[in-house]
Amino acid sequence: MSHEVSLVVNGVPRTCAVEPRRMLADLLRSDLGLTGTNVGCDTTQCGACTVLVDGRAVKSCTVLAVQADGSDVTTIEGLAGPDRTLHPLQEAFIACHGLQCGFCTPGMILAAADLVARDPDPSDAAIRHALEGNICRCTGYTPIVDAVRAGAAAMRAGTPEA
Amino acid sequence: MIPASFAYHRPETLAEALTILAADDPGVKLLAGGQSLLPVLKIRLAEVGMLVDIGRIEELRGIRAGADGWLVIGAGTRWNEILEDPRIAVQEPLLHEAVDGIADLQVRNRGTIGGSVAHADPAADIAAVLLARDASVAVRSATAGRAGPVHGFWRGAFETALGPGELITEIRLPVLPPGAGGAYRSVTQAASGYPVAGVAAVVARSAGRIAWVRIGVTGVAEAPYRALAAESALAGSTGEPDALAAAAALVTSGRTVLGDPHADPDYRAHVAAVVARRALEAACARAG
Repeated sequence: MSHEVSLVVNGVPRTCAVEPRRMLADLLRSDLGLTGTNVGCDTTQCGACTVLVDGRAVKSCTVLAVQADGSDVTTIEGLAGPDRTLHPLQEAFIACHGLQCGFCTPGMILAAADLVARDPDPSDAAIRHALEGNICRCTGYTPIVDAVRAGAAAMRAGTPEA
Repeated sequence: MIPASFAYHRPETLAEALTILAADDPGVKLLAGGQSLLPVLKIRLAEVGMLVDIGRIEELRGIRAGADGWLVIGAGTRWNEILEDPRIAVQEPLLHEAVDGIADLQVRNRGTIGGSVAHADPAADIAAVLLARDASVAVRSATAGRAGPVHGFWRGAFETALGPGELITEIRLPVLPPGAGGAYRSVTQAASGYPVAGVAAVVARSAGRIAWVRIGVTGVAEAPYRALAAESALAGSTGEPDALAAAAALVTSGRTVLGDPHADPDYRAHVAAVVARRALEAACARAG
């Protein structure tokens, strides 16, 4: 029996009829065509499928679409501004060469977005801790950490002091 | 990987969830954060007829002060909510330290403490801490409620003392003795992050001697357990390094130690004694 699921995805209200066993990652990729959310391991380990649900990073291969009913979901496609200006974290991943094949990058960036939202000036240890659930099989972790540090700094610089 | 088909229901209230459970349908399984259950369903280690999603039941969420100074954590409280609660960092540094090391950021954003206790993974980090903290597990059915010590709650691998129709409502932490210090130490398998062995220790001194000690062990045996022989060995000692090492050597006493491709029983027993010593040393250093 299918269930109707209503979500706000990247600011746009969407309603889909899904089987209960449908994962959020599959809803995003197959029903909504948002293929920036990559599915790597499909076993809750690699973090490539990370998206933000109500602002918090989750592995969308391990969340049922029906569990996300009523939630606000942000995928990598939703991070850039309406004029397609890249998010500071995206700019930093380019500037720091924080990717090689790029498969893990959307998940890395969204996990980093969760971290920086709570810890605007994270230490390298905090960055590495926050990215423990994201695997880069090109093993380019050092520039990834550099990118998160630089992206966080750019976000701080872009935020007017209170 | 796609689970076998199942029906899905999301009750809004605890009463509604308990009514569903009261029918005692073996095909019904509770879904909390899903971070253990959904992977099991995806690789089809298990199939269910219906998932009852208790993830939105407000009565199961949140952290509050209970009677007699106990700290009460709703079973549906997520790991990140525990980490971000200022009372936990101050009152429960041991719990905070251990929860911060559970799985990863994304899993902590979804997984719940009650879900973990009910799942009863024999290598759950939190199990060692709840044993060392003398936690109590509160459960409810449609007709009754009860609470009992977490020591004895885990009966075996993925097996608990939950009866038909019961669900976990709260994890309750009693007041610690004055000056108590605690620590959790583990050696983890690098790829999975699961502990090869994990030990949590809580120690309190009185007049220079160890007057109170609890040692919880995970990842070592078929179910997490309290190392009673090691606790007895320490009670009344001054907590000198030799005494801690001697007690730590008893941490697997009387237990059948698990073997797997990462650690055979002898090696795992050795690791358990090492992390027990480290946990005891850190707990003693933190104890007043």
